[in-house]
Amino acid sequence: MLIELERRSAPSRIMMLASPAIAVALTVVTAALLLAAIGVDPVHGLGVYFIAPLSTGWSLQELAVKASPLVLIAVGLAICFRANSWNIGAEGQYLAGAMLGGWFALAYQTAGAWWVLPGMLLLGALGGMLYALIPAALRVFFGANEILTSLMLVYVAQFGLDYLVRGPWRDPHGFNFPQTVAFEPAATMPLLLAGGRLHWGVLLAPLAVAVAIVFLGATLRGFELRVVGMAPRAGRFAGFDVRRDILLAFAVSGALAGLAGIIEVAGPIGQLLPTLSPGYGFAAIIVAFLGRLNPIGILLAGLILALSYLGGEQAQIALRVPLDLTIVLQGALLFYVLACDTFILYRLHLFGGRRKAVQRAA
Amino acid sequence: MIRREFLRGTALLASLPLVARPAQAAERLKVGFIYVGPVGDFGWSCQHDIARKALEQALAGKVETTYVENVPEGPDAERAIEGLARSGCKLVFTTSFGFMDATVKVAKRFPEVKFEHATGYKRAENLATYSGRFYEGRYVIGQIAGKMSKRGVVGYVGSFPIPEVVSGINAFMLGAWSVNPAMKVKIVWVNSWFDPGKEADAAKALIDQGADIVTQHTDSPAAMQIAEQRGVHAFSQDSDMLKFGPKAQLSGIIDNWSPYYIERTRAVLDGTWTSGDVWGGLGSRMVVMAPFTNMTPEVKMMAEATTASIAAGKLHPFHGPVYKQDGTLMVKDGAVLPDPDILGMNWYVKGIDEKAPG
Repeated sequence: MLIELERRSAPSRIMMLASPAIAVALTVVTAALLLAAIGVDPVHGLGVYFIAPLSTGWSLQELAVKASPLVLIAVGLAICFRANSWNIGAEGQYLAGAMLGGWFALAYQTAGAWWVLPGMLLLGALGGMLYALIPAALRVFFGANEILTSLMLVYVAQFGLDYLVRGPWRDPHGFNFPQTVAFEPAATMPLLLAGGRLHWGVLLAPLAVAVAIVFLGATLRGFELRVVGMAPRAGRFAGFDVRRDILLAFAVSGALAGLAGIIEVAGPIGQLLPTLSPGYGFAAIIVAFLGRLNPIGILLAGLILALSYLGGEQAQIALRVPLDLTIVLQGALLFYVLACDTFILYRLHLFGGRRKAVQRAA
Repeated sequence: MIRREFLRGTALLASLPLVARPAQAAERLKVGFIYVGPVGDFGWSCQHDIARKALEQALAGKVETTYVENVPEGPDAERAIEGLARSGCKLVFTTSFGFMDATVKVAKRFPEVKFEHATGYKRAENLATYSGRFYEGRYVIGQIAGKMSKRGVVGYVGSFPIPEVVSGINAFMLGAWSVNPAMKVKIVWVNSWFDPGKEADAAKALIDQGADIVTQHTDSPAAMQIAEQRGVHAFSQDSDMLKFGPKAQLSGIIDNWSPYYIERTRAVLDGTWTSGDVWGGLGSRMVVMAPFTNMTPEVKMMAEATTASIAAGKLHPFHGPVYKQDGTLMVKDGAVLPDPDILGMNWYVKGIDEKAPG
């Protein structure tokens, strides 16, 4: 029997929707097999991994806190990717937003007025936006590859932050450790529920999803971005300004990444530190693709990826399985998504009989 | 049910001498650990995990331990620490500086749980701190370097220019100058605690710049492996790395957390635990020297003598006079640098040519 991939005449709509679901299912099966292989009862293990984090109020809050920066950044990236602009530097824009917004907090938090927090959010978004416009401008005006420039700027932002928290912004009473003073209540996200970590900033993630749905689906500018992304020549013929669209796409995704950064700083972290992100900007790229570059899909994908982090910690604590299992499963999820995506454009063709195989060979 | 127990049991047997059964587990004290690196880093986190296993063995039947590894210093740490507290741990060790504020926050929410934070300075009623006087060991290895280096140049792979690392560099050089006043140091910062690739690159660059001794304040044995390949000498960090550099390793600093972990856990069991700050050195054996290898008997004798006099409190690495780079007298002759100044050290001693951080 021979197996062959045959190109479909048109992309399969069913597979487009089913692919992530199949990928998640295959990942769960893989998880079960791996758990059994290291001697953990798969049913119990899967329960700890995927169900336990959903079973208590605390872990649900944590899930939302973990998923919200991923979703915010990924929604922006999806808009950018759809316009065929490859912003790989969301991590840097996240940090730029955290820095500019953090500066506002450090400068004005003692004033203690109601405008401190909104000002931080505004400047956070602005910081990310301006930082994203650097690779966009380099591409538009000089033809520089935006994948490289946006990625390189991540390191620039990291070292910039490093310099600030070790140098001019260092807490003078912090034993010379690299950190700023802790933010005052005026510069901190209010909690949604007392006693946990769920804060108002988390609500901005679903809000961004809703706005993105409207923007991409129901506005001319959103349509323009999609056309420019899918067929730049057609876009030009239609009179769309491709350069402006690239700048716009980067500005939106940078602003959302910057917003995510300042929300993390004003929320769970509460001060500027040398490490503000466990790689959210890069993980969001996975979320964007897992969610089919579709805002609703991204919301789900962000929750799934967040769940895998939380489950991984639960599994370490309760089952004492190594962290490597989590990393393997996250990798497997990406692998299955990419593999299943093949079937959007291709279909499997099985050659049952020997005769057909010979015919083909001839 | 029996099958489940059996399966879980076999999974744990590999790493643990004890298999907890749920019925008994209820009476046992649950102790949790958070590591910044993987337990397989052969350095910092690995040493904490060795101490965790020693704790399980020493208090067999009374405690049960668990850990979360590779927890990034940042917003995730708080969740991981709270996860341990929620899973029933009554004593939690958070073993990296960057977990400080997260530990403080969780400690506030779980007043009945005891927390122990390594290398930090914020304490509370249920939050104690502990750390090692690693600078004592660095004085000893600096002295060895001063004797063993032919070119008089040492390469130093630094993680972050925080006081613990800066005081280590100063102590190392003061030790080196005590036997070879012409000794020079070159420093490369890798801005990570655990990044074997960068650590190896830094070691290569330092050797290319003329260093014939390599030492590091990062967590992997990468620098040791490079030193072995290039035929120069090196010192181990956190754990004994002799198997990575059988010809290269001279000695090194070993973090020995087991006695402290056992003592503190026992205190919780007895109900005598109180918050506080412990800073143990060569004297209390929280810091111990790796075997003195690949050196002449004379150098070995000198190193042993220095170790003994620091342990006995006769020699302080920062004994006066100590001058800052710009020539300011920081410690008067006959005095020693007080602990708070060591904990907050952000200046290099006179004789180091590198620019001071911060």
